[in-house]
Amino acid sequence: MKTNFKTLVKEGIWNNNVVLSQMLALCPLLAVTGTATNGLGMGLATIVVMVIACAIVSSSRGIITQEVRIPIFVLLIAGVVTLVDMYINAYMHELYKVLGLFIPLIVTNCAILGRVESFSSKNDILPSMIDGLMMGIGFTLILVVLGATREITGSGTLFANASLLLGESFSFLEVVLIENYKGFLLMILPPGGFIALGFILAGKRIIDRRHSEIAKNKQVEASDAVNA
Amino acid sequence: MPKGRKDPAYRKRIGYHAGLLAGMALIVSALLALGNQQTKADIELRLEEDMRASLAMVIPHELYDNDLLSDAAIIVTDDSEEKLVYIARMNNQAIAVAFKIIEQGYAGPIQIMMGISRDGNILGARVISHMETPGLGDKIEVKKNDWILKFDGHSLENTSSTQWAVKKDGGKFDQFSGATITPRTVVKAISKGLILFRDKIKPEIVMKNTTEE
Repeated sequence: MKTNFKTLVKEGIWNNNVVLSQMLALCPLLAVTGTATNGLGMGLATIVVMVIACAIVSSSRGIITQEVRIPIFVLLIAGVVTLVDMYINAYMHELYKVLGLFIPLIVTNCAILGRVESFSSKNDILPSMIDGLMMGIGFTLILVVLGATREITGSGTLFANASLLLGESFSFLEVVLIENYKGFLLMILPPGGFIALGFILAGKRIIDRRHSEIAKNKQVEASDAVNA
Repeated sequence: MPKGRKDPAYRKRIGYHAGLLAGMALIVSALLALGNQQTKADIELRLEEDMRASLAMVIPHELYDNDLLSDAAIIVTDDSEEKLVYIARMNNQAIAVAFKIIEQGYAGPIQIMMGISRDGNILGARVISHMETPGLGDKIEVKKNDWILKFDGHSLENTSSTQWAVKKDGGKFDQFSGATITPRTVVKAISKGLILFRDKIKPEIVMKNTTEE
């Protein structure tokens, strides 16, 4: 079976986006997106775990049987998350202080289990890793967009503390958009996450509908041309 | 995996499932143990650095010439809780102590590191960790607001016990608009820390570590 990498990219980032289409991984999504920086950090950690987990499952799919696959997947994912947690704590301690609480949360990210189960367990290593990477990037994009929306409306800043996450050279990302902004607390609290996510979901539906209408119009034009 | 490949018969046996699960668990545990061993020393080092950094914030470093982290004593509080107290010395005389206090806040425990000079004045207090509401209660962090710095120089002598409260309760310290429980907790925690210093730490640690000459 030949894998179309372009499709994998498209599926992962837009068509079959973890959050927008599959509606998975909402727990970590809503928990960390108080700021864009937190979202980005969580996204990057998730990508790492996702790619490693997909590679491991894909390479050992020959020995894993249907009956015990789920506990084995959970075991593998939890193991990878714990290792990532330990290594980030030891070698990227500043990042750990920002993300600390959220890294163990990746275990609860059903998107990883979902990809492992529906893709990696049936495909070769390379496509599986690319699928994991793309799904991870799609997830990260939503995390950053949602984080940025909530941060701008909630506290009037963008990418606050980005230098803690990415190093001093990225401090230019930290912008105060609205000076002396009193803050709109609702957006930082969990309900704000749900509200913002609702708007983003609606936005995706609108864009998708536009696209399919354009495609339909083209078809109609084409058949008109044939008829004439 | 070639399409339509049949699983060999032994894979259908329950023993294979159990063995597979056990084998995987064993491999993952081994990897975790290995990872733990590899990172343990580094993590401890990082935690030590963190501790050093938070100690440096509550006791100005020019006041002492010893290594705070390796110079700690344990006292037992009234609730029979063991507390680690770091002792700052200059020329072998204990001049200040630093210790952690934990108090239940609005959303979870608030951990505060505080430094107290030998005569009972607060040298500094910092919130190390908390789970208070972002945007409201998190003004207790020094990064967000300088509120916590206002405790510097206060003691049980210059601030009476009724003044150790937020203004809303008739005390001396500001609360934040929208959050009263969090600052109330911090004020309470710090005054508790001072009382602990007066009743336990001063007689048991500071006095024993100074030579009256």
